[in-house]
Amino acid sequence: MSSIYKIQPEDRKYVAEYRRNPVGHHSPGLRRILTLFRGAPMPGKHVLVCVKPHEEWVLGQVADEPGKPVKILKNKVFHDLKDAEWAVFKIRWKQHTGEDIA
Amino acid sequence: MLKFTELKITGYSDRIYARPGETIKFMVSCEGLKSYRADIVRLIHGDTNPAGPGFKERVVKTPVSRRYQGRKQVIHEGSHALIPNALEALQSFSVQTMIWPTTPGKGGQGIVSRYSAREGAGFALEIDETGALALRLGAGSRKALVVSTGRKLLERRWYFVAASFDAKTRRASVVQEPLAPVPAVRDGGSASRTVTGARAAAPGHPLVIAGIERGTSKGRVLVGSHYNGKIDSPRLASRALTRAEMEALKEDVPSQLEDAVVGAWDFSADIPSDRITDLSPNRLDGKVINLPARAMTGWNWTGEIMDWRADPRQWGAIHFHDDDVYDAGWEVDFELTVPERMKSGLYAARIRSGSHEDYIPFAVGPKPGKEAKFAFLLPTGSYMAYANHHMGVDGAGTELQSGCLSLLYPQDLFLNEHREYGCALYDVHSDGSGVCYSSRLRPILNMRPKYQSILGGFAGSSLWQFNADTHITDWLEAKGHAYDVITDEELHDRGLELLAPYRAVMTGSHPEYWSTDMWDAMDAYKGRGGRLIYMGGNGFYWRIAYHAELPGVIEVRRNENGIRSWPAQPGEYYHSFTGEYGGLWLYQGRPPQTAVGTGFSAQGFDISSYYRRKPDSFKAKVAFVFKGIGRDEKIGDFGLIGGGAAGLELDRAAPELGTPPNSYVLATSEDHTDIYLLVPEEFLESEPGFGGQECPRVRADMVFFETPNGGAVFSTSSIAWAGSLSHNDYRNNVSRITNNVLKRFLDPRPF
Repeated sequence: MSSIYKIQPEDRKYVAEYRRNPVGHHSPGLRRILTLFRGAPMPGKHVLVCVKPHEEWVLGQVADEPGKPVKILKNKVFHDLKDAEWAVFKIRWKQHTGEDIA
Repeated sequence: MLKFTELKITGYSDRIYARPGETIKFMVSCEGLKSYRADIVRLIHGDTNPAGPGFKERVVKTPVSRRYQGRKQVIHEGSHALIPNALEALQSFSVQTMIWPTTPGKGGQGIVSRYSAREGAGFALEIDETGALALRLGAGSRKALVVSTGRKLLERRWYFVAASFDAKTRRASVVQEPLAPVPAVRDGGSASRTVTGARAAAPGHPLVIAGIERGTSKGRVLVGSHYNGKIDSPRLASRALTRAEMEALKEDVPSQLEDAVVGAWDFSADIPSDRITDLSPNRLDGKVINLPARAMTGWNWTGEIMDWRADPRQWGAIHFHDDDVYDAGWEVDFELTVPERMKSGLYAARIRSGSHEDYIPFAVGPKPGKEAKFAFLLPTGSYMAYANHHMGVDGAGTELQSGCLSLLYPQDLFLNEHREYGCALYDVHSDGSGVCYSSRLRPILNMRPKYQSILGGFAGSSLWQFNADTHITDWLEAKGHAYDVITDEELHDRGLELLAPYRAVMTGSHPEYWSTDMWDAMDAYKGRGGRLIYMGGNGFYWRIAYHAELPGVIEVRRNENGIRSWPAQPGEYYHSFTGEYGGLWLYQGRPPQTAVGTGFSAQGFDISSYYRRKPDSFKAKVAFVFKGIGRDEKIGDFGLIGGGAAGLELDRAAPELGTPPNSYVLATSEDHTDIYLLVPEEFLESEPGFGGQECPRVRADMVFFETPNGGAVFSTSSIAWAGSLSHNDYRNNVSRITNNVLKRFLDPRPF
C-alpha cells in the first residue's frame, strides 16, 4: 500500500543514514521515508535491469501499463548495487522535497 | 554501448521427470535463428555468482547432441470454448446467455459466435467497440451488419444478453438487461432493425464461446477478440424467439421450446474436465481451450452454499481470460529416450545458438530397484506456481517487501513483453482476476539455471526456487553423497511407493505447494520410519490440485488468509479439478507444524540473518546435529542468499499449531530487519510491532523430532539456508550441521 507520509524538514538527518547503509537495518524515521519511496505505484517506477550478471546494472523505468517495455536509462549504469540505490534515493528525494542532495 | 542478453530461443518439454527407458519430447522456438545446437547436460550448480563455487554443468553423451533447424513457434493465448459442427447452416436463430464481463471497456469481445470475417458470414453476439452488447451479422465478403444496444456494459455485474435474427422478416434484435438494475444507471437496453444482405449461416466454422474465430493454422482453430469475464448458460435456438420464450430458457429448456432449442450448454456439468455439455437432444458437446476458470459462481449463486459439489447448478459460470494458456502446443523438435545407465539427477536440454541459449530442465529418476539410499525431492509443484510471474513489473508492493530496488533479468523483460507465455499463480489476469491454474506445457523462463530472481535477497546470488535448489545439488556433489532426484509430480502420481526405498529424503529450499496425495505420501513415509530433512522455509503451505486427465497443470485457490497476491472470491474456495476445499493447509486441519514441526511466520527479502543455539541443542539425543559446532557460534552468519542462512521466508515452532510435543527446538534465528514482517495468518488484530526488530515470532526455528518406527524430521525453517552451504569451500557450520544430520539419517539405528 502506498504511503501518505509527507517528508518533513527534520527528516533531512536520515539522508546520511541511508547513504551509509541503503539496505538492511534502519531507524524508524528512515523506514518511514523508505516506505513512501518504495511504495510508489508502478507506472514510471525506477527499477534496475541486469546487463552483466554480478557486474553491471542499468536503471530502468516501468511503463504506464503491463506489457509495455521497461524504459532503459542508458546513461545510468552502475557497477555497485549500493550506488544504484543511492542514485534512485536522490531522484526520489528530489521528487518529494524539490531538494537536490549530494 | 550496453549489451543486453536477448531471449531468441526458448523451449519446454512434455514431461518434467522420467526414468531410464522413458522418452521426453522437447519443443523449441527460435526467433530469427537459423539453427541451434542441443545437448543434454547434468546440472550441478546453476549459480553464476563469482563469490560462490561458480556455474557447474556436465555434458552427457546422448543422441540428442547435434544441430537442429530453428523455427519460430507461437503461443496462442486466450481461453474459449469450441463446439464443432454446431448447426452451421442455421439461417434464423436466437442466442442468449448470462454474462459477467470484466473488461467491457476494452471493446471487441466475442461472447457466442460462429463468424468468419474473411467470408463475411455468420453471426457474433459480442461486446462492440463502445462496450455495448451487439449482434454482428456477416453480409458478404468482409462486410458486416451490426445492431448495438448502445448502452455500455459495466464491469462485474450480471447481465442477461440475447440476440435474434429472423431470415424471413430480416429483423435483427439485441437485448441487454442487468439482473440487478439500479436507479440512474442506464446499463440496459435493446435495439431492433431490419437488415438486408445478412448471411447468418457460416458453414465449415465452429461455434466459439468467449471469442471470434480468426482462421486456422496447422489444423488448429485460431480465435481472437477474446472475452474477459464469466459466461453462464448459453443457449442457441433455430428461430427468432420472443422475449417471453427467452425468459423461459434462462434456467431450463421447457418442453414447449424443445423443438426450437438446438443447443443449451450447462457449464456446471463435468466441472473438473475440459469438456462442456449440451443439454439439448443435439448433444453439441464442446471443449474449452487454454483452461478458463471453472467452478466459478454463476448468476444464480445464492451465497447460501459454498461447495459447488453440493449444488453444481449454482456454479454454471466459466470465467474466460484473454491471457489464459494451458498447452503451447508446439511441434516436437527432438526427443530423449533416457539411457538405461543414466544416473538419477537433475538434467536439462541445453539449446544454444551463438550467444543465445535456454535450458529445459527435467529430473531423471533411478531405474526401479536401483535406488540410492537418499533422495532429493525437487519441488516442481512450487516451481510451477511461480512459473513466469510478473512481480517485478506488475506488483507495486515488490520493492516494499524486498527493501531494495527491484532488479530485473532478461527473462523478466521478455516475460513482460511476451504475455502469451502465460501467468504464474502469483499474477492476476489482464482483467484483474486471480490466476488459479498454472501449466508447465510452455517455456518457464524463471525455472532455469543461471536465472536470478527478484525474490532472492539483496546483492549476493539472488536465487529463488529452481536455481536456488541447485545450491543443494552442488553441495550433495561436493560432499560426495549418492542421491536420486525425484519430483513433486512423481510423488503425486505414485504416492508412497516413490519414497519407500529411501532412508532419507531432503526437500528443496521452498516446497510451498502440496497436493493431498503428496502430503499423504510424505506423512505415511514418516510414519513408517522414513526420515525427512526439510531444507527450506514456508513449506507445506498451500493445497494444490493436479488435474486427473490433463498433464502438467496445477490449481490453487487463494482462500481466507495467508500471504496472497490475490483473493479467491466468495463461493470459489473449492478446486475445480478435484472438488477439494482449497487454500492453506493450516485451515484444513494440517498446519505445517504438524508435518515438519514449524510453519510460516514471517517474510522479508532484503538481508538474511543467523541462528543461535537453544537449550534443547545441548541434550544428548540431538548431540549428533552439533558435532563440531561451538556452544556460542553464530550459525550461518554468511551465505550467498542475503548474506545469511536465516532469510527470505521463516518458519516457527508452535505447539498450539501442532509442533509435536517430542520436538527439540535446536536453534533460533534473530536480528531480522523490519522488512521482515509477521504473516497475516499469525495475527488477529493489527498492532504496531510486527517487524523483525520487535516481533518475537519473526524467526526461524531449527527443529528435530522423531516419528514412529525410527523415523525423524529435521527442519531448517529458512529458505536461505541452502545458500550458505558452499561458504568457505563447504567448510562452515551450516554445511556441517546439514552433513551431520544427513549422515545420521542414513544410519538406520534408532535415535
